[in-house]
Amino acid sequence: MDSSGESRRLVVVGGGMVAQRFVEALRARDTAGTWQVDVFAEEPRKPYDRVALTKYFEVRDPEELTLGDPALWDDPAVTLHRDCAVTAIDREARTVTDRLGRVHPYDELVLATGSNAAMPPIPGNDLPGVFVYRTIDDVAALRGWVEQKREAGTTAGGFVKPVRGAVIGGGLLGLEAAGALKALGAEATVIEFGTHLMGVQIDLGGGHALKRLINDKGIGVRPQTATSAMKPHKRTGHVGHLEFGDGGRLDVDVVVVATGVRPRDELARTAGLEIGERGGAVVDLACRTSDEHVHAIGEVACIEGRCIGLVAPGYAMAEVVVDRLLGGEATFPGADTATKLKLSGVDVASFGDAHGRTEDAMEVVWADPAAGVYKKLVLSDDARTLLGGVFVGDAAPYASLRPMLGSQLPGDPGAFLLPEGGGGAPALELPDDANVCSCNNVSAGTIRAAVTEHECTDVAGVKACTRAGTTCGSCLPLVKKITNTELQRAGITVSNALCEHFELTRAQLFDAVRVADLHTFTEIIGRFGRVPEGADGPGRGCDICKPVVASILASLGNGHILAGEQATLQDTNDHMLANLQKDGTYSVVPRMPGGEVTPEGLIVVGEVARDFGLYTKITGGQRIDMFGARVEQLPDIWRRLVDAGFESGHAYGKSLRTVKSCVGSTWCRYGVQDSVGMAVDLELRYRGLRSPHKLKLGVSGCARECAEARGKDVGVIATEKGWNVYVGGNGGFTPRHAQLLAEDLTDEELVRTIDRFLMYYVRTADRLQRTATWIQDVEGGLEGVRKVILEDSLGIAADLDEAMARHVANYEDEWRAVLDDPEKLRRFSSFVNAPRTADPTLAYVPERGQRRPATDEERASGVIIAGPKLEVRA
Amino acid sequence: MSVTQEQPAAAAPQTDDLSWERVCLLSDLFPERGSAALLGDTQVALFRLPDDVVVATQQLDPFSGANVMSRGIVGTRAGVPTVAAPVYKQVYSLVTGECLDTAGYSPRPGREPRLVKYPVEVRDGVVHVAVQ
Ligand code: SRM
Ligand SMILES: Cc1cc2nc3c(=O)[nH]c(=O)nc-3n(C[C@H](O)[C@H](O)[C@H](O)COP(=O)(O)OP(=O)(O)OC[C@H]3O[C@@H](n4cnc5c(N)ncnc54)[C@H](O)[C@@H]3O)c2cc1C
Ligand code: SF4
Ligand code: FES
Repeated sequence: MDSSGESRRLVVVGGGMVAQRFVEALRARDTAGTWQVDVFAEEPRKPYDRVALTKYFEVRDPEELTLGDPALWDDPAVTLHRDCAVTAIDREARTVTDRLGRVHPYDELVLATGSNAAMPPIPGNDLPGVFVYRTIDDVAALRGWVEQKREAGTTAGGFVKPVRGAVIGGGLLGLEAAGALKALGAEATVIEFGTHLMGVQIDLGGGHALKRLINDKGIGVRPQTATSAMKPHKRTGHVGHLEFGDGGRLDVDVVVVATGVRPRDELARTAGLEIGERGGAVVDLACRTSDEHVHAIGEVACIEGRCIGLVAPGYAMAEVVVDRLLGGEATFPGADTATKLKLSGVDVASFGDAHGRTEDAMEVVWADPAAGVYKKLVLSDDARTLLGGVFVGDAAPYASLRPMLGSQLPGDPGAFLLPEGGGGAPALELPDDANVCSCNNVSAGTIRAAVTEHECTDVAGVKACTRAGTTCGSCLPLVKKITNTELQRAGITVSNALCEHFELTRAQLFDAVRVADLHTFTEIIGRFGRVPEGADGPGRGCDICKPVVASILASLGNGHILAGEQATLQDTNDHMLANLQKDGTYSVVPRMPGGEVTPEGLIVVGEVARDFGLYTKITGGQRIDMFGARVEQLPDIWRRLVDAGFESGHAYGKSLRTVKSCVGSTWCRYGVQDSVGMAVDLELRYRGLRSPHKLKLGVSGCARECAEARGKDVGVIATEKGWNVYVGGNGGFTPRHAQLLAEDLTDEELVRTIDRFLMYYVRTADRLQRTATWIQDVEGGLEGVRKVILEDSLGIAADLDEAMARHVANYEDEWRAVLDDPEKLRRFSSFVNAPRTADPTLAYVPERGQRRPATDEERASGVIIAGPKLEVRA
Repeated sequence: MSVTQEQPAAAAPQTDDLSWERVCLLSDLFPERGSAALLGDTQVALFRLPDDVVVATQQLDPFSGANVMSRGIVGTRAGVPTVAAPVYKQVYSLVTGECLDTAGYSPRPGREPRLVKYPVEVRDGVVHVAVQ
């Protein structure tokens, strides 16, 4: 309360997203302390990010979803009453009553009660196992149920019966819920009453493409299906199957109903406020209800004749009421109903008049049904003004086109729909008033001002300053682009600095080192290092720049990676020429080129693993990994492997890992080329090549592609005439298929093409950037890469060829070199004062006939079978 | 080389009744890298900095629970000598033992995000460490 004691009482009913934004905005603007605010929330927690509800399955901590700065609720002018629903409004007396019967007076009242998940009147909708998807409590209960069902379906033998889930409703929310069921390990089938998925947002063509994408996620879809009943399981009484109008049936263990929302207008109704035809408290453009002291915002408000189930319009209403309460004249600007599906791996977005309902509207469609891509722009009759759009399978154009809604598009609209790198859409310079972030109503101009006037120097700063990109995140690529353009315009270099020691990027540093012909870290940091803030010299590097310089020096051929000062630069894996494991031991992976290994080789590996007590596993890269080797054992292990003809597999390096092969023409009845032979040749050629990230290749003997070559950085597939080569594939976090670079090459052409591709990548990619993202960064994309390596557009092909030839000529086995050098061997001591003593804290337990590190609990309970020394005959 | 220096220890204040142990020769340690040492039951990480100052910290990595600190990359942050844990890459000041960057991780239950430091003296080329 302010000192004059004149503050007025404001009551907010509802503690959801819009209420939170309302209070936050009011406290930011009500500097005079006019309003004392009481917020009544039915849910037991602080307002949280409902849009991000599905994240709950990842983070599992409801606190992580809390919206805004929690300090808002410590503000003396604000009181949040949690778990305290309002049960009645007395408009005459201007009071509200809470569920405990307490009466609170108000001068102005704001209703922000949101919506309920609708529950259609299907018989059996109250059976245990039927859920809605609206609150944290809902998702927590759903998770618990699925976990319990899974446990119940796990037999003593470890066989797990899948939990079968169904989602009724194929809209945005239903698809998100289906994704969540999958993430919980359940099966999911989406039941949609209408003709296609996401019928509100996208048209039939988009719906078909979407169904394909959803199916690809392993989610079933049944369009045009009415659910007539949910039936209990005979024994458990839990929901057991669904019955459909067409006579069909689906067995289920869990059902999520996501058929829409109903405004929570019960308070407004009993208080006698005007209610919309389809529910909701009717408000004018100032968000006033039929009582001038009662305002409604968010999903409960029926504005311009309808309730809107999106957060952005709710935020806009919150800002309007704040302005009005402080004497302003703001009115609701109209709703931006652009939406983007938040289901990972499925790109769907729509905005504006997605169904082309405007009179004489024209549609430009680009579709690739096989790839599940459908893109459409809706334009005015002159084919220039953008009225709306639908994107399925590739929503890349969405972020930059949405803000152009209602504006004229430069150039041919079709160009915006072509796949990336396929024609070059004209650059869009957004007008200042274009709305970039619809969740938070932030315009391009506001983002520019954050840089020019508020001195933000990066995207994180702009986000904090403007709130752009802080809700659904779909605008972030655009926010980043505008921010960086503006920074450059202001003469501020967008920092691509490697770390505090180097201003340069990895690619720049690579060139600098190569051209200046430097060979040690000391020379390099002396010449190209910078002085970090607060220091009086450039320092001695760090865990970022040292491995980068190590990699550059190795790529440029500076001898053994443990030679001289280079040893100080290596990450622990490279330093020990092995991969560090969680307990501090290492794994050992000998190279098996192309996945080929002789029976004698297998026997040696088996004997070594047995004699040193190593856990053995076949890797995903067609070779054998032996785990649990101690530092001081590594040389002994390798001596035996090297004697048997094995060499380092570089599993530890950012370098060539494996060349996966299929058996090919030598044995397979379909093979058209010797894929194993080619894989072995390629692996031996590129072994030891240090690169910005790891490199994987694959060679398949025919188009059946048993080697999964298109999932590799370089994939080679045999044809009748030779080899097709694909580049830029990977598995991992964001899997990508490699794209065709050249066709029907001879062996020599193939090798030369790969030589140049790899060398160009090694020289110009960023730190830890794999080939797929690097290709995107190369000017002209894949086409640009093709020009450089096949047409020599930069005139560097000979140089690349020569660099690769040097690499091949200078290759030596890193492990053999260590074994031959007592000074290098000294690094493999467990303790400087007890070089052969094992780390006494290592402990193991048996599992499936081998051993693994003991957990903390096992250590505490003493079930450990073996200390560090287990080897049978070392 | 015979360098003699004394270094302040943050966690273990240096007093006269410390028991010093001869551990190795300075030349046994690799410049700008760590080595592990076993002092009774205590595992210690020794780091030889570019100016031949030797720093001793606990070998236990508070974030992974493994005895591996000596295998991290030695470097500097704003001029302060540091080591980066080899498992999850937390960065520690070798001056104070304090964790300068948790890399977004939390220490293992019951562990503090800092390294205990032990007093070190290099006398006539021999490294001595005191563990109380
Ligand atoms: C051992 C192995 C798993 C297995 O038991 O099969 C494995 C183990 C590790 N992988 Fe892998 N990956 C293994 C095959 C794969 C594959 C499959 C393949 O190669 O065909 C993939 C997907 C294909 C790909 O790379 O595109 C794969 C994608 C990753 C990724 C994600 C890369 C990405 O671009 O997103 C990482 C993380 C990274 O490198 O940053 C990773 C990182 C790792 C690390 C290095 C994590 C770490 O730092 O401890 C693991 C340690 C290996 C070790 O200690 O020996 N591993 N990893 C496989 C070794 C193959 C080999 O013989 O060298
Ligand atoms: C899984 C999911 C994903 C979504 N994704 C998106 C998206 O990507 N983009 C988008 O724009 N929107 C999305 N939405 C919709 C968005 O969450 C809502 O539009 C937004 O939360 C509306 O805010 P609100 O404050 O009006 O309502 P709510 O956030 O529902 O808050 C209303 C609150 O009022 C409380 N309340 C009700 N009655 C009373 C009473 N009598 N007394 C006290 N408290 C009461 C309720 O318990 C509730 O906590 C999503 C919703 C869900 C469930
Ligand atoms: S890819 Fe072709 S050659 Fe290779 S195993 Fe499969 S069918 Fe046979
Ligand atoms: S559009 Fe949702 S956060 Fe910007």
